[in-house]
Amino acid sequence: MTQAFRIENGGLINRDKKLSFKFNGKTYFGYEGDTLASALLANGVHLVGRSFKYHRPRGFFGAGVDEPYAVVQLYRNGETEPNIKATEQELFEGLEAKSVNCWPNVNFDIGAINNFLKIFLPAGFYYKTFMWPKSFWYRIYEPFIRKAAGLGVASTKHDKERYEHKYEYCDLLIAGSGPSGLAGAYAAAKNGAKVILAEDKPRFGGSLLTSDVNIGNQSGKDWAEGIIAELKTMPNVVVKNRSQIFGYYDHNMLVMSEKVSDHLPSTKKYHPNKRLWYIRAKEVLISSGSIERPIVFGNNDTPGVMLSSAAKEYLKVYGVLVGRKPLVFTNNDSGYETAIEFKKHGVDPVVLDSRKNAESEIIDEAKNLGINIKNSYVVVAAQGYKKVKSADIASISEDKKQLGKIENIQCDCICVSGFWTPTIHLASQSGNKTKFKEEIDAFVPGQSKQNEITLGAANGIFSLDETLKTSFKAGSELSKKITEKDNEIAIPNVVEKKSSQHDKFWCVPLPKGKNYKRFLDFQNDVAVSDVEIALREGYRSIEHVKRYTTLGMATDQGKTSNLNGLQLVSEIENKVVPAVGHTTFRPPYTPVSIGAIVGREVGKHSKPTRKSPMHEWHEKNNAVFVDAGVWLRPRYYKKGNENLFEASKREAKNVRANVGVCDVTTLGKIDVKGPDAAELLNRVYTNAWLKLPVGKARYGVMLREDGIVMDDGTTTRISENHYHMTTTTAQAANVLSHLEYYLQLVWPELNVNVVSTTEQWAGAAIAGPKSRDLLKKLFPNSDVSNEGLPFMGYMEGDLFGVKARIFRISFSGELAYEVNVESDYGNFMWEKIIEAGEEFNIQPYGTEALSTLRIEMGHVAGSELDGRTIPFDNALEGLVSKKKDFIGKRSLQRSAFTAEDRQRIVGVVPLDKQTSIPEGSHLVKDDKAPLPNPKLGHISASCWSVEYDNPFSLAILKDGKNMIGQKLFAMSPLKNKVIPVEIVSSHYVDPKGERVRS
Amino acid sequence: MLYINCPHCGMRSQNEFSYGGDASVKRPELNKEVTDQEWDNFVYNRKSIRGKHLELWQHISGCRQWIKVERDTATHEIFRTFKADEEVA
Repeated sequence: MTQAFRIENGGLINRDKKLSFKFNGKTYFGYEGDTLASALLANGVHLVGRSFKYHRPRGFFGAGVDEPYAVVQLYRNGETEPNIKATEQELFEGLEAKSVNCWPNVNFDIGAINNFLKIFLPAGFYYKTFMWPKSFWYRIYEPFIRKAAGLGVASTKHDKERYEHKYEYCDLLIAGSGPSGLAGAYAAAKNGAKVILAEDKPRFGGSLLTSDVNIGNQSGKDWAEGIIAELKTMPNVVVKNRSQIFGYYDHNMLVMSEKVSDHLPSTKKYHPNKRLWYIRAKEVLISSGSIERPIVFGNNDTPGVMLSSAAKEYLKVYGVLVGRKPLVFTNNDSGYETAIEFKKHGVDPVVLDSRKNAESEIIDEAKNLGINIKNSYVVVAAQGYKKVKSADIASISEDKKQLGKIENIQCDCICVSGFWTPTIHLASQSGNKTKFKEEIDAFVPGQSKQNEITLGAANGIFSLDETLKTSFKAGSELSKKITEKDNEIAIPNVVEKKSSQHDKFWCVPLPKGKNYKRFLDFQNDVAVSDVEIALREGYRSIEHVKRYTTLGMATDQGKTSNLNGLQLVSEIENKVVPAVGHTTFRPPYTPVSIGAIVGREVGKHSKPTRKSPMHEWHEKNNAVFVDAGVWLRPRYYKKGNENLFEASKREAKNVRANVGVCDVTTLGKIDVKGPDAAELLNRVYTNAWLKLPVGKARYGVMLREDGIVMDDGTTTRISENHYHMTTTTAQAANVLSHLEYYLQLVWPELNVNVVSTTEQWAGAAIAGPKSRDLLKKLFPNSDVSNEGLPFMGYMEGDLFGVKARIFRISFSGELAYEVNVESDYGNFMWEKIIEAGEEFNIQPYGTEALSTLRIEMGHVAGSELDGRTIPFDNALEGLVSKKKDFIGKRSLQRSAFTAEDRQRIVGVVPLDKQTSIPEGSHLVKDDKAPLPNPKLGHISASCWSVEYDNPFSLAILKDGKNMIGQKLFAMSPLKNKVIPVEIVSSHYVDPKGERVRS
Repeated sequence: MLYINCPHCGMRSQNEFSYGGDASVKRPELNKEVTDQEWDNFVYNRKSIRGKHLELWQHISGCRQWIKVERDTATHEIFRTFKADEEVA
């Protein structure tokens, strides 16, 4: 087929560039500037899909964002994307698309049997039928419905496209480039305001592209082109096509999705697929226009039934005839405009006007052209299955209740116009309470809530002259407020034909004995009868009716169906439409790719990656890394074919036997400075800090006000008024905020400054019995003997010319030190330690060995300080001062926290000394007890004790203090394990703590 | 996304801030006897106000200052903002 429905001349497509594309496997041709919809229609293809519930054949209904039917699966550059509206997808060379919702194919669809079962599939069918038995839902009903329902299929592959986010600020943001948008933008731009003009379609101009008007002695289309060309030259203006403003959020933040590459065969190098703009606008001018609404009649979903404005757009923009024997069914003058366009292109339409008599300049023109007009006539039903073949028409009484004799007339398309619905979504999202405008039978924005104004058709103003006047004025006044400039603009003369009042008629009654489906919502197959059922069953609120029937849901969000739905409810309920109200308009206005919302924050980019200055060394030495918050830390250093277990055991053993070195740069570090620094620490930590001498470190625990342990760490007094605080890696940021909170809000009288120094220092923990020997080699000029640098001592040292801080602190429970140097020297320090440590058999150790060492020593970490434990639970009550007050102290008096059988940390060893206990296992008394088996505690951390060569775990256990020696069971239903265990002390190795002081 | 006027930095988007709860809560003084009820009110009990609410925010990705924001919890309208040590009249 060779574009048999393309007219010879006309349209805005580029006829010099022919494009080939595939639909359902068949090759067709179109032109550059086509949409997939217009190109298919040019080839006479009307059948594009099957409906959601009944699998009825569906064609094209609109020509843009309102399209409820023509949803396709798109294939582009090896990727696939579901639920693309064919009316929005621009054609490119090699485009491939397929119908959705049909099997095996669109012409023969097995699901169409639902069409004959439709009396069994009314509103609420699924709710009623699949309620019982309950157990059937997940196994049988849900998978079946999932398969039968839904539209396209999402790709399961990684999306190789790139999406960007952009933040922008402007004086005026203008949504829509129709006449009101152009006038508003132009006036504001002339006043020097920073303007962003957004248009969702590829072409600017909105209704001016298809209407027969003159502005300032040129056609509307030419005027629009001139304005856009001038705006593009202005430095204070950004004009964006293919850009949909889909959400209006708080404080004049709007979000726009720019389709950068969807119209191209593949995304250009370095270009994103889509760009999401977060725009903070001082003023917003909503010029989103209006969408034609249908009149409801029998079988009104048959392919070939479409909005009259769409038929006109296909003709004027794309040069495509949607039919050669069109029937126009209208209740207003818009249908006549479409009929006139047909007639001008040599096609004879028949116009059915529901009004008894209507007179206007437009109707006069139609009459003068000799168009066949039938007044007080309606379409009763479309006939034809996969395409309209004819229409049953009849005269209608003045009260619109009685149909005359039914006649059948041949036609190949039915262009329907039930008047216009202002697109008020953005205004409503901003918080604007909409109001019902009787003259147009639709809602328009009411009082502005944020700095927004709605103009033109979106505000229910359909006269071009009035639209331009109000929009020039609004653009000029709003910008004047901001720029304080007032450049006068000559408002051009407008020539437009006057139209007459529309008819409130919206739904054709059923003829006697006929039971045609009359669809309200085409995407979800919601017919008049479904809404009637919902109301009969007692659903009253329009929000409930929507959810029960699915009216107005899915990808088109009821852009063509909402108002007719309200009309129906108001008629049955005998209320006026404003009393029924409308459902809430929520963002997004139109579907937005998840990829665009996510932007660049995918995979490794979803959070920053922090690396220590020694990272490269770790990489070169076969470190296997693990995510520790945002840090990458070596988990273990792989030797040969070792696995995690073997490597970490080797590393931990070497610390106990010789000496090991661990990168501890990631620990949070905070400088606390000022004359009241000691006082602050004394209030923040549970233990006493006022008497800590210079050159000494102390371990501290800090609580939240509710008594729960927040963090722990070692803080060192560097000089009189200077402390170096360390926090856990995970809590570093929270602890800083915590300190700032108290300093700024609670105790502003304290003269203290806090600042994060985590990035400034590189840290290496040197641990093991031979660590002192190594330290002597590293710092030959310092006295690092047990007397010179005792446990919890601190000194400065000279590391081969680099200033270093030496702390004698231990997490591993061995004799240990921590050396800090400025970050830039981190790698230098590390290499010196490795080099000097060679003779002591030094080995680097990762976080896994670090965990092993601390677990068998009974040192608590994040898995015990889990936001649910108090100092007692962690056997840290010795650090809780009885004399002074501190943050959270009062909470420790709570009865639950002082209970006799309060939970407490214990050690756990499997009776067989073989089976490792999964972390998270529950401790229970009786492994055979009926479920839910009473839980006494849980395993917080597990390791393989290198000291005793058997598994060892820490647990938080109820009445833990009195449970030592008890036999319990560790149960892990996840791992399907039941392990008999013995409760022991949490200090499994060196319970007296002699090693750290040796 | 809210647009918050940081009294130190000017208008900034919400994603630079973190929320800190009711600003009218006053911590009992240190070393002062407080009843269980008073302590519970300080730690746990908060009014879920619909309407004007004075709350704390920290300009965490900016000046790191804690500030007070007077905001309508229903409409998100922000009326005034204050420095930490500013008295709210």
